Amino acid sequence: MTAEILLQTLASGVLIGLIYALVAIGLTMIFGVMDIVNFAHGEFLMLGMYSAFWLFALYALDPILTLPLTVLMLFAFGMLLYKLVIKRIVNAPMLSQIFTTFGLMILMRGVAQFLWKPDFRSIENSWVAGSVKVAGVQLGQPQLVAGLGAVAVTMLIHAFLTRTKLGAALEATAADKEAAQLMGIDSHRMFSLAWGIGAACAGAAGVLLATFFPIFPEVGANFILIAFVVVNLGGFGSVTGAFWAGILVGVIEVMGGLLLGPEYKTAVVLVLFLAVLMFRPQGLMGKS
Amino acid sequence: MKALKIMVGLGVVAALLPVATDNPTHLNLAILVLMAAQLGVAWNLLGGYAGQVSLGHAAFYGLGAYTSTMLLLNFGINPWLGMLLGGVVAALLSLGFGWSCFRLKGHYFAMATIAVAEIVQIVFTNWDYAGSAVGLTIPMTQRGWGAMVFADKAPYYWLALGLLVLTLLANWAVERSHIGYYLRAIKDEPDAARSIGINIARYKQIALSLSAFFTALGGSLYAQKELYIDPNSVLSTALSIKMALVAILGGVGTLFGPVIGSVVLTTIEELTRSFFGGGGRGTDTIIYAALIIGIAVFYPSGVIGWFREWQQRRKTKQSAPAESKNAPVREASVEEVAP
Amino acid sequence: MSLLELHGVTKRFGGLTANQDVSFTVDAGQIVGLIGPNGAGKTTAFNCVAGFYAPTSGRIELDGKTISGLTPEACARAGVGRTFQVARTFTSMTACENVMAAALLHERRVGAARAEALKLLAFVNLDHFADKPAGSMTISEQRRLAVARALATVPKLLLMDEVMAGLNPSEVREMVKVVLAIRERGIACLIVEHVLEGIMPIADKIVVLDRGIKIADGTPTEVSRNPAVISAYLGDA
Repeated sequence: MTAEILLQTLASGVLIGLIYALVAIGLTMIFGVMDIVNFAHGEFLMLGMYSAFWLFALYALDPILTLPLTVLMLFAFGMLLYKLVIKRIVNAPMLSQIFTTFGLMILMRGVAQFLWKPDFRSIENSWVAGSVKVAGVQLGQPQLVAGLGAVAVTMLIHAFLTRTKLGAALEATAADKEAAQLMGIDSHRMFSLAWGIGAACAGAAGVLLATFFPIFPEVGANFILIAFVVVNLGGFGSVTGAFWAGILVGVIEVMGGLLLGPEYKTAVVLVLFLAVLMFRPQGLMGKS
Repeated sequence: MKALKIMVGLGVVAALLPVATDNPTHLNLAILVLMAAQLGVAWNLLGGYAGQVSLGHAAFYGLGAYTSTMLLLNFGINPWLGMLLGGVVAALLSLGFGWSCFRLKGHYFAMATIAVAEIVQIVFTNWDYAGSAVGLTIPMTQRGWGAMVFADKAPYYWLALGLLVLTLLANWAVERSHIGYYLRAIKDEPDAARSIGINIARYKQIALSLSAFFTALGGSLYAQKELYIDPNSVLSTALSIKMALVAILGGVGTLFGPVIGSVVLTTIEELTRSFFGGGGRGTDTIIYAALIIGIAVFYPSGVIGWFREWQQRRKTKQSAPAESKNAPVREASVEEVAP
Repeated sequence: MSLLELHGVTKRFGGLTANQDVSFTVDAGQIVGLIGPNGAGKTTAFNCVAGFYAPTSGRIELDGKTISGLTPEACARAGVGRTFQVARTFTSMTACENVMAAALLHERRVGAARAEALKLLAFVNLDHFADKPAGSMTISEQRRLAVARALATVPKLLLMDEVMAGLNPSEVREMVKVVLAIRERGIACLIVEHVLEGIMPIADKIVVLDRGIKIADGTPTEVSRNPAVISAYLGDA
């Protein structure tokens, strides 16, 4: 194994890891604010991918251009989903919560399959197609742009949470819902906001992925489990944790694939997941 | 006692079904109902009585199926024995699993179960000796009760019914024993349970091991019926969801809930499949998903829970409005009744 | 040798010292009250005896056997019974089943456990409610149920955490009678209490904690005259 291959693998791991981080940030926000694990999170990503695809296929608009539009649409969709479904199970027993988001997962996949058929789609010849050599390492341009895009969105989210009043209110609700309510912060508004942002993050990741990853109704399945691992490793509720953990998981995944063979790379991540659950359930940076 | 008589009556009717009809489609549907019910009852032991939601039970199911099949194909071991050994293997895996994951709460435990099941699926998909993705086929060379292979549907029906009854008996025995009381205590108030001497991990493990054992038996039955298994048919997450859903739909933590749940769910599944499924457009999936969400949001205590609430409402309407809910407390002194 | 002995028990949580070098004893058949202002560390000491916390340093012995550091269930088996500040009855079960769950510790057969449970329910004057779901009982009833449940484990020592809080005067009298009847049975009681008019008249000994330290240890009369105790409750400048 040459240094070049190692570096190559490392770089691709970091880039895909940044995408994982972006998906996970949305998931961790929802959990941090309302203690609900959104099993349907991968489907927000899937919807983002399809949005990018159809805007490209029907109107020849490049995903980079349509990214803001897709993000807005998914933000609205996330809030709508909260209002229609999630709001009813905020205080329901855990079994109900698990099955509701699980049901949503299956529902969205089913609807996607119904509307757009199970065929694999892809976006060819977008603005970012091709590859580029950076510091002696060959990188796919879509992957590079996706990685940078993920960093940009993460920074935006971080700025929102730390520098705006609304972001502070969100963090307050995540820290102590009752106390925040006593200070006049409406929990339901915050939950709705968290779902909107969560969906938007996953949707953004989807658009960025669509430039180089196949698009099909079940694509969310590939990412949801990894998103869990990242959220868990980074600490439930920690956006910064999700960011660094995402990169770490991306690297571990591709390294595992390099050492054991590509069919085992998911298994490597899952074993890591179980290990973290067992030995450090609060993750690297999270509240327990 | 009235409930018992009803149950025995239903059981007799159920046992005689294959005699009444020999329509293979109906009989197959009935077998599917029985098999799904059995899996739901087995899941319920952990999910309902012990309150630990597992979304990875397919791992035990698949282990049962693969163990008995591989023992048969590679060592000629009789499926009856293989079925039992499959159960033991699953129970053993569940030991490692329980030890590592029981301190996880709620959502985390559910996620861990998904991860474990996925790992098992990946392992079997890449294990050549187990047929990897291609799967394993059981030849129909030997038939009859000795080989647990039949050309007819009827014997499979009785086998499935027998397994269901066995699993129900196991649940019932647990419910009535000290284990049942302990599990309910653990579910309600874990700290208070510890304060009366209950070792939580031990009893959860008992529930898990039994649940794994019976789930694995179901897997072996599937293998002997279909005569073909592969990772997708016995280890998929969809299967895990179904096992849990059957119990939830009927009533988590009740003895017969999963049976009712299976009747409802399997019927709906088959109906939607025959009406909509053919087109491959996934309409049956959409209806299935809507059903899951509907139950989770509106009827989390399942059919039985809904039924009990309905009974309660009838009772309160019927009883005199002047009757107070709490009988007045007699102000007697403790010395009167202390031994 | 006393039934319960605490030797220099210290319990720290990170930077906070909840108990500092606390030592006292409870003899068989005694009623000992553990009192002190809020934040004194009473419940912490309780949890150490019952196994929910392990002391940072020091030793706790029951009947000569070290129980500090044992799990709660092991402490229960060793003879420590306890109630909680919030009754924590098993709400999905009837009153009888609540007590049965505890009786099963020593009586594995369900039928015999039920008989035991019914006897104990009568003891705390709840036998009318044997089949009533625990979740639908009043606070006072649930408290007594929790006591019956703890008694079903056949303890040598019963820890009661603020059993009289929030009860009206006649309910307090009922509870006092229960506690006295428990002593009649030879079971020692260590009671954390704020309702001083409930505990002072019946206790053989009072131990006072303030900010993690034991400041007094004696008969109720001695303790109520102790200037350190008075200022701890009134708060001097």
